[in-house]
Amino acid sequence: MSDSPVVVEQHHGPELRHHFATVEQQRDASSLGMWLFLATEIMFFGGMFCAYLIYRLNYYNEFAAGSRSLDITLGTVNTIVLICSSLTVALGVRAAQMGKQKLLVILLLLTIVFGFAFLGIKGIEWYDKYKEHHIPGATFNADDIVHEYPQIHIDQSHEQIYFSLYFAMTGLHALHMIIGIGIFAFLTYEALKGKYGPQYNTPIEIGGLYWHFVDIIWIYLFPLLYLIDRKPLR
Amino acid sequence: MSDHVLSSKMYYGIWIALMVLTVVTASVAFIDLGPLNTVVALLIATCKALLVVLFFMHVKYTSEKLTKLVIVSSLFWLLLLLFLSLADYSTRHLGHG
Repeated sequence: MSDSPVVVEQHHGPELRHHFATVEQQRDASSLGMWLFLATEIMFFGGMFCAYLIYRLNYYNEFAAGSRSLDITLGTVNTIVLICSSLTVALGVRAAQMGKQKLLVILLLLTIVFGFAFLGIKGIEWYDKYKEHHIPGATFNADDIVHEYPQIHIDQSHEQIYFSLYFAMTGLHALHMIIGIGIFAFLTYEALKGKYGPQYNTPIEIGGLYWHFVDIIWIYLFPLLYLIDRKPLR
Repeated sequence: MSDHVLSSKMYYGIWIALMVLTVVTASVAFIDLGPLNTVVALLIATCKALLVVLFFMHVKYTSEKLTKLVIVSSLFWLLLLLFLSLADYSTRHLGHG
């Protein structure tokens, strides 16, 4: 008869939002939402991979020669830097789950350092391309590549397509890295306040998913851009 | 997502595997395998991506089946995009008038 509100027993901490039944349900919902976002990211990058695939099949010589002009040492080092950053992220999630606050902050900061190292190396590579006039546009000039491989026919305008895709794909990836560093700076700030522990670490987990995804994009960009044709020319 | 904490040894093991695969793919690129060079490079990249997704992103340990459904369907859409575009472009001439 009475219209008094139903009393809900509060066994959980303040991290559980009222529209979720349990902490597990809340965490699964966040994770699923992030995976849906990553699915849209796959399609976002997918458009570029599709353009790459079609032009590579049509202008293979230019793509192979352009790929050879990239610095494979810096490319490999950058791959290693990103793999190390993925490890620090994975260990960071673990540290949060175990309630090791100090270790979590150190691992988050290490991830940011690796992120900046990647961008720095990428910047060196871009600057080299700038000096070689390999940036698409009015000043583009691939005479050096044409002269280096007299045995294959290289069309300069097709070479420009390779470098357009190179800068678009690595540029979009670098933009994701910058956003990732921003996210991790925020997570570090929150972790310093002691917000994350065994009870609540979803933001670390979700931010980690984003970072790993950006790592996976690079895992594919590396062979597709740097390793098209490195074998000895006949 | 998993509640149980995975051992740090497992994470270090995955990390070492990823490092080894990176060095292998960069080295194999200099060996002439003909058209297989691209196949090998993409196979190694896919192995690395699988290691990251299954272990670092905890998909192997997740109880949520919807997560796996989202991953599989997004890959399906990506393949649709690539295959149908390729079918179209490979049956017509590009810029050769």
